[in-house]
Amino acid sequence: MSLWEFANPRRFMAFTDRWMPVALVLSAICLVVGLIWGFFFTPDDFRQGSTVKIIYLHVPSAMMAINAWVMMLVASLIWLIRRHHVSALAARAAAPVGVTFTLIALFTGAIWGQPMWGTWWAWEPRLTSFLILFLFYLGYVALWEAIEDPDTAADLTSILCLVGSVFALLSRYAVNFWNQGLHQGATLSLDAEENISDVFYFPLLVCIAGFILLFVGLVFMRTRTEIRARRLHALELRERMRDA
Amino acid sequence: MPDLGKYAVEVLSAYGVSIALLIVIVLLSAARAARVGRQLAEAEERADG
Repeated sequence: MSLWEFANPRRFMAFTDRWMPVALVLSAICLVVGLIWGFFFTPDDFRQGSTVKIIYLHVPSAMMAINAWVMMLVASLIWLIRRHHVSALAARAAAPVGVTFTLIALFTGAIWGQPMWGTWWAWEPRLTSFLILFLFYLGYVALWEAIEDPDTAADLTSILCLVGSVFALLSRYAVNFWNQGLHQGATLSLDAEENISDVFYFPLLVCIAGFILLFVGLVFMRTRTEIRARRLHALELRERMRDA
Repeated sequence: MPDLGKYAVEVLSAYGVSIALLIVIVLLSAARAARVGRQLAEAEERADG
């Protein structure tokens, strides 16, 4: 099976009709299990106290806020290069989900930062680039809504997505090359010495799986809606032309 | 309920707001899917009729 088969809306609808409910049910299971495990059955951190429980929301949402933009970037490039409508609609569908994840990451980060750093916010590289990414998300959604012609909207939002990708990458890697921020390095690492303790790691992995599956399920659902909305728009135009 | 100590407000508000936002995006997505699906069915019925 090739990825390009999903450029055909019928194929995409048939595939997602089967897999969207699976993704959503699995995401609900992972999120319920992961969050209950993390909230009720993990100990406090010796330095951070009970605030460490925020990690099960903050890390997966921040990770998916960036990855959602990367997915939009790939879909936008496919639109710009190969002009497949489903890819443009998938990018549009992903944006509000990305907005939600970014908002959760910003909120939980601020509320975690206050007791740990003594401030809700700092204009440091990772936080600032993440805020700019959030503003890019809002601009992206607004641009889609503002332009009536769907192909023009897809072109312009794709360009905006390319530009915003700088901040998506910055928000991920800023801590590696700007050693002047409050934010610590990556939570997850392949190096056992740097990775967080297993007692926090495993429920965190379940929560990350839940967020990934939720993103996939919601993007499937919203892309299906966009495809149907496009068909509806075409039918309404045909009706108007017939009546005129 | 675990003892959250002096950070109870921070932890509970983080969970409350995050879960609320997740529920909102799921409900909004489902509601729009249902509305567009219904409108499309009506439009297709008119086109066929």
